[in-house]
Amino acid sequence: MNHWIVAPIVLPAILAPFIIMVLRYHLDLQRIFSVAGVVGLLGIALTITAQAAGGDIQVYELGDWPAPFGIVMVLDRLSAMMVLLTAILALPIVLYAIASGWDDRGKHFHALFHFQLMGVCGAFLTGDAFNLFVFFEVLLIASYGLMTHGGGSVRLKAGVQYVAYNLIGSTLFLFALGTLYAVTGTLNMADMAVRVAELPADDTALLRVGAVLLLLVFCIKAAVLPLHFWLPASYANAPLPVAALFAIMTKVGAYSILRMYTLSFGPEVEVTQGLVGAWLQPAALVTLAVGAIGILGSQHIARMVAFCAIASMGTLLIAISLFTETATAAALYYIYHSTLATALLFLVADLVMERRGGKISPTPPMPQSGLISALFFVGAIALAGMPPLSGFIGKLLVLDAARDAPDVFVVWAVILIGSFVTIVGLARAGTLIFWKSHAAEYNPAPEDEDEETPALPAPEPNPGLAFTAIFGAVLGLVMLTLFAGPALNYAGKTAEQLFTPEDYISAVLGGEE
Amino acid sequence: MEALVASAVGIMTAAGIFLILRRRTFPVILGLSLITYAVNVFLFATGRLALDAPAVLNKYEEVPYTDPLPQALVLTAIVISFGMTAVIVMISLSAYLSSKDDHIDMKAHDSVDAQGEDA
Repeated sequence: MNHWIVAPIVLPAILAPFIIMVLRYHLDLQRIFSVAGVVGLLGIALTITAQAAGGDIQVYELGDWPAPFGIVMVLDRLSAMMVLLTAILALPIVLYAIASGWDDRGKHFHALFHFQLMGVCGAFLTGDAFNLFVFFEVLLIASYGLMTHGGGSVRLKAGVQYVAYNLIGSTLFLFALGTLYAVTGTLNMADMAVRVAELPADDTALLRVGAVLLLLVFCIKAAVLPLHFWLPASYANAPLPVAALFAIMTKVGAYSILRMYTLSFGPEVEVTQGLVGAWLQPAALVTLAVGAIGILGSQHIARMVAFCAIASMGTLLIAISLFTETATAAALYYIYHSTLATALLFLVADLVMERRGGKISPTPPMPQSGLISALFFVGAIALAGMPPLSGFIGKLLVLDAARDAPDVFVVWAVILIGSFVTIVGLARAGTLIFWKSHAAEYNPAPEDEDEETPALPAPEPNPGLAFTAIFGAVLGLVMLTLFAGPALNYAGKTAEQLFTPEDYISAVLGGEE
Repeated sequence: MEALVASAVGIMTAAGIFLILRRRTFPVILGLSLITYAVNVFLFATGRLALDAPAVLNKYEEVPYTDPLPQALVLTAIVISFGMTAVIVMISLSAYLSSKDDHIDMKAHDSVDAQGEDA
């Protein structure tokens, strides 16, 4: 067995308790180990992505129990690319959290950060539905700690809502799994696919209930309308570097939808045929619309970026809900893009909030206004899907993939008008925050002595590193644009692998090595 | 027995949902606990209900046995929901102590701007 598969889970699982127990009073050491851990995770992710790129599906049987009886970790192209995305995202965020001093405003930031990474990587790698639930809980319980990191009454109140909402989601998840287990008698995803296909056609009411309940749970995670209510308040009130990390959490929901509804309840399975797409697509369209309107209507920059996250989930799920190979390839490219772009905007929003508060209204100029506005501009272009950056390619791919869909004009209209409203909303925010601040009436009367000196120091303890981290995220987007060809190629092969679930099933159930 | 278990799950879920929709944190947490109890019983029943049957196979004689997997699942679910409930109790306690208000909703004046000062 290839032990690399389990390494993305084991590394943070060892590192996080080590940070809590040994390094709890040494912030500098915590920072060093945390960054080293993320770099190590990136190395592991690159290794397993290279291994999965060949196209074989590798299985890791925990405790060497054969497949449907024990828990398996499965490495295929999709899992590998999602783990890689997690690692790529984590590096700038952990650097930014260190540079901005956010990790010093509460306890155990780095330990929780690594527990969160463990949960996310585990959710991407597992091949067992109940194990997926457990990893969801790992990432959620870490996210509760991260979300309330730094404290403050507003953040704690938002945290209570967030925890309550997710507890209800977890309970639903258990109901769904219980129903599916009662019908199929298995929780292994590959085994479930076999059993579902064998079920007699007249005995499937309970199975359909289970499948839809499961979809509901993943939609809560992915913040699909009308289950998105937790997201704006939670993300806007969380520490913004944490919100940037949470950009991957909605993608865990999207990944789970993609995994379960291509493998266990695939498009060609008769009993659930058309069930998922029929529900998901309208919901995704409304999600995009409401996200765009939310961007336009927000009075606060953090809330606005949270709505950006919702809008990009809408676009992503439109692509996923088509359930065709080209659309899935487009969705996979868009997952990379939207995660990085959302995280970038959250980090820029944090820079803005540290300097002048988050209200979208004119205030006196802030330090490094020019640099920050340029970064905001880059992030806004990426998220809105304007030409030079990867958002344009992503949206174009999604539009192109929808061409053969029956309601293509509805999809195109919603995506294009949604993008337009997003551009207007982001332009409005950028204008009010960065341009209007230079209007004459807000300029303080120039004082003679400090006219030449730069007005205010940056609030970060280490602004150089903070900007380096953000430029790292920008670099990710630029690379994704420049290497769109190879990335798309990989995404296409991943989609091909997803839509031939027989390989996955035979790899998992095919017997011991 | 099936009717008894089914109605118990149903009533607990209904009561839990009713309590979740309350305005204050305390009933909401009670409701969450009730729902997790309901789901635990529900999970237990997914392996079919059997009386007086052990959860292990007996290789010496043919005796009825019950499915052990749901019991393992329930154990995991209990531990997780217990831990989660403890977390939400702690977070809502500190939210209550810092804002002197245990409403679950956020007031209009609880704007996100406030966090800039107390961060």
